[in-house]
Amino acid sequence: MTFLSNLRRPTAGLALCLLSAMPALAQATAGPAPAKGDIAWMIVATLLVLMMSVPGLALFYGGLVRSKNMLSVLTQVFAIVCLSGLLWVVIGYSLAFSPGGALNDYIGGLSKAFLSGVDVNATAATFSNGVVLPELLFMAFQMTFAMITPALIVGAFAERIKFSALILFITLWLVLVYYPIAHMVWYWAGPDAIGDAAKALAEAKDAAGKAAAQARLDAALADAGMIYKWGALDFAGGTVVHINAGIAGLVGCLMIGKRVGYGRELLAPHSLTMTMIGASLLWVGWFGFNAGSALEANGTAVLAFVNTMVATCAAALSWLFVEWAMKGKPSLLGMVSGAVAGLVAVTPASGLAGPMGAIVLGLASGAVCFAFCSYVKNAFGYDDSLDVFGVHCIGGILGAIATGFLVAPGLGGTGLTDYVMKPGQGAPGDYVMATQVIAQLKAVVVTLLWSGLVSAALFKLVDTLVGLRVTVEKEREGLDIAEHGERAYTA
Amino acid sequence: MKTVMAIIKPFKLEEVRDALTAIGVHGMTVTEVKGYGRQKGHTEIYRGAEYAVSFLPKLKLEVAVESAQVAAVIDAIASAARTGQIGDGKIFVSPLEQAVRIRTGERDADAL
Repeated sequence: MTFLSNLRRPTAGLALCLLSAMPALAQATAGPAPAKGDIAWMIVATLLVLMMSVPGLALFYGGLVRSKNMLSVLTQVFAIVCLSGLLWVVIGYSLAFSPGGALNDYIGGLSKAFLSGVDVNATAATFSNGVVLPELLFMAFQMTFAMITPALIVGAFAERIKFSALILFITLWLVLVYYPIAHMVWYWAGPDAIGDAAKALAEAKDAAGKAAAQARLDAALADAGMIYKWGALDFAGGTVVHINAGIAGLVGCLMIGKRVGYGRELLAPHSLTMTMIGASLLWVGWFGFNAGSALEANGTAVLAFVNTMVATCAAALSWLFVEWAMKGKPSLLGMVSGAVAGLVAVTPASGLAGPMGAIVLGLASGAVCFAFCSYVKNAFGYDDSLDVFGVHCIGGILGAIATGFLVAPGLGGTGLTDYVMKPGQGAPGDYVMATQVIAQLKAVVVTLLWSGLVSAALFKLVDTLVGLRVTVEKEREGLDIAEHGERAYTA
Repeated sequence: MKTVMAIIKPFKLEEVRDALTAIGVHGMTVTEVKGYGRQKGHTEIYRGAEYAVSFLPKLKLEVAVESAQVAAVIDAIASAARTGQIGDGKIFVSPLEQAVRIRTGERDADAL
């Protein structure tokens, strides 16, 4: 997603140079300045994504648990947000968005640890040649993604996990799952690194010059995460955020086990009012998430904005009407669940599909996630308390694969962008539907396997160290009193 | 003295209160309760989870009256709380040994 050039610190440029040949020094000579409009929009987008987590996701989840566990969910989400924010500036940003040397396909390095070199003058690339953001802002925007993704997981094993186990698991999960996946999917050299190298190649006179320039271009193109290099598209986080968190949640709820009383006692939501407020805050915040992922205040951001709006409307109504037909009543919880499913599904496609494609995707996601949560989950009998897998993972998979189709210009999509063909400006790239969909599938499979397997190992480790689950007595009493010593409602 | 305890539909409370006031009953205690009799519950669906809810919300009224008044009180409650649908509730009458008004120390009939 970005190439980081630091204008004031030649050592940073030198370090990059060792890994990726020449582009770092080339950029350091004359870099563009960030535009005020882009900065203003991206600050707002960053705040909107924070609002998705707190209070949006916290209330959405909190309303769905029993009143004796309300505070535990709010506490878990809020604590994860704070923990992820600190871990991000310490090593997360560096591991996700800096060059990783020999491991660059999988994870970044430590050159940006403790925000080393990421000062007020540093800039980060966008998707347009000659357009940059302050790197601190890019870092903060991406931080909010690293905050919400692990917070999504807690819904799968809500009402029974031990708080200490959760904090330990999330810390390890961020380092071993989130940062690598974010690096694999989103890290790339940026349009200027590629454009400048391509320009140098076009201007090279003799054979030696051409060979050197070609090597530089190859290095710039190779300086990216593995999944990015496969050509997989993930505009705002279908794989990185939703599949990633969804599969981790499924593994977690399987390993922790069902809630006491599951299938026998009334485990109904204690406040669907809170859930509706939370879902609505998620929807509004998601415009920062999706439209902000354009990284600029431009047409792509507006496209992502419109797609996010219409896909959500379609998915909410889709779930509502399908549930009405299948179960007899149109429910609020069904409708807001559909809205979230649509937001999830449109996320990877948001800046790439056309609005009509986004509506089709929304309609499909509402119906598919309804079927999954209502029938498939019951058939398998696992207790994913708040349907993290059924909504986020299934919606994410649907969206990630659909992005491969919907980006097609013939289906109203934007098509691909080629930064080499016309150096210095993006040009339409070669789009082959089968190739694209296969790349999307590979990204989905790698994310499922990586997050699923590493999460399983981490849950096992944490269970051995501190135990994953509270005692049955504490679970009966409720986590609010048992784990946190306070009650949500004292009247 | 008798205690008349009635289980009624929640929305019938005001009508019952008016009917009792009209026959000179000037106090009662009301509690929100749940229960079931012949009226069955309903099904609630939260995404994939379906729950049969068999305990329905009702109100429990307790009125302490002199024995001579019991028949009138029963008639007042029964006629005011009746809708003719199942789930209208029940009335139970039991003996009451003593009554004390805490403020004045009055006893039994004077305390009602």
